[in-house]
Amino acid sequence: MQTVKMVVTGPFSSGKTSFIGSVSEIPVVRTERKISDETRSIKAQTTVAMDFGRITIDKDLALYLFGTPGQKRFDFMWEILSEGMLGFIVLVDSARPETFREARRILDTFRGYSNTPFVVAANKQDDEDAWPAEDLKIALGLDTDTRVLPCIATQKESVKSILLELLYVILEQATEELPPAPKQNRKET
Amino acid sequence: MALKGNLRDVGLNQLLNLIYLAHKTGALTIQGDQGAGNARLYFKEGKLIQATLDGRGPRLTDVMVKVGKLTPDQAKAVQARSRVDTDKELGLLMIQSGILSQGDIIQGVKNYLLETVYQLFTWPSGAFRFDPNQLPPEERITVAVNLDHLIIEGSRRVQEWEQLQDILPDLDVPLRFAERSDANLRNINLSVEQWKVISFINARNTIRQIANFLKIDEFQIRRVVHGLQTAGLVDVMPAPTPPRSVPVPAAAATVGRGVLLRVIDRLRRL
Repeated sequence: MQTVKMVVTGPFSSGKTSFIGSVSEIPVVRTERKISDETRSIKAQTTVAMDFGRITIDKDLALYLFGTPGQKRFDFMWEILSEGMLGFIVLVDSARPETFREARRILDTFRGYSNTPFVVAANKQDDEDAWPAEDLKIALGLDTDTRVLPCIATQKESVKSILLELLYVILEQATEELPPAPKQNRKET
Repeated sequence: MALKGNLRDVGLNQLLNLIYLAHKTGALTIQGDQGAGNARLYFKEGKLIQATLDGRGPRLTDVMVKVGKLTPDQAKAVQARSRVDTDKELGLLMIQSGILSQGDIIQGVKNYLLETVYQLFTWPSGAFRFDPNQLPPEERITVAVNLDHLIIEGSRRVQEWEQLQDILPDLDVPLRFAERSDANLRNINLSVEQWKVISFINARNTIRQIANFLKIDEFQIRRVVHGLQTAGLVDVMPAPTPPRSVPVPAAAATVGRGVLLRVIDRLRRL
């Protein structure tokens, strides 16, 4: 069976585990540990290695979703997880601007690994303090052609739309990179 | 929906850039840390139109005194003649009495706005909130200031701050007194802040701990320590640097268009 892989990354507590959990057909394989530092006040457990989710495409093809550990001290895992990815999603907690700089750093790190397509998901848009996606794009200093999309990681439809948007970006880039088609002799009518 | 955050995470320049590019209208309120005060900036369609520090903005006559267009005595005389004490009435009185022209008043208000915002660039942190569609009280004179020049000047000031960060990147290191045989320690005048910092120098206190204890922000402590370094009084103790691994580029996957279309089709039906 052929498999394709996408990586979901972003700062600590940006919603990566929820994102994968919303669309995975298997219970997300999580490696979580109790937090023992100052980040404990935000959530009780965090992903220290990775999340793993799966969507069966057909009998010959499966899509794997890998979530990276959010805390900086596990960033040695990022490069391992990014190996062979089709594209990646940077998840940002739109209601916590204190994480925007870290999100930008993660994005730059992943772009440094390879020239892989990506989208940015402005998560937690159901939070009243959430920054709109367009404002987040400017705050992150992203190019105008970078896609920053509103997202609610706990809602399946929202996650689906992010994954589809990333696939469209991948498709666009794949089309652009195709070698020119050989000229065919066309019959004049 | 209000935009909220802290200048520590989203700098003032970034915020102004956002307001400028998105042509926003509304009020930006900043609560400065460590007694820096409160600021309130009003914008209309991406332009700055009003700025106040510490609550209600000063009267137009006070603004003109601050920017050097009016003497305090002239300001008092105009205020004494004013009945309703609005900016518009004060402005008319100044023009009618021939003290200032309309152009002088507009330029004075503009200079005041710029100086107020420039001060904010020195705030390294502070909670902010942008409330859309809020405009300043009607009795105030507003002057529309383009944000592009303001952002450029702000960038210059931020650069100065960054240069200090480059000179002194790590605050989690202790200071020590310089041991230089050629140091001339006579006729050195230290500021109160420099004396305070010096009194805490020992191998156990990091620069950050000293700053926290003295309630000095990062910008200030860097300036103080840099001043002491330049005077040859102190050295920064080097922090051990961990070995850095060279990143190896990861391989990007390549799949055919057909595979991508199958994945898209499946996700649509999910």
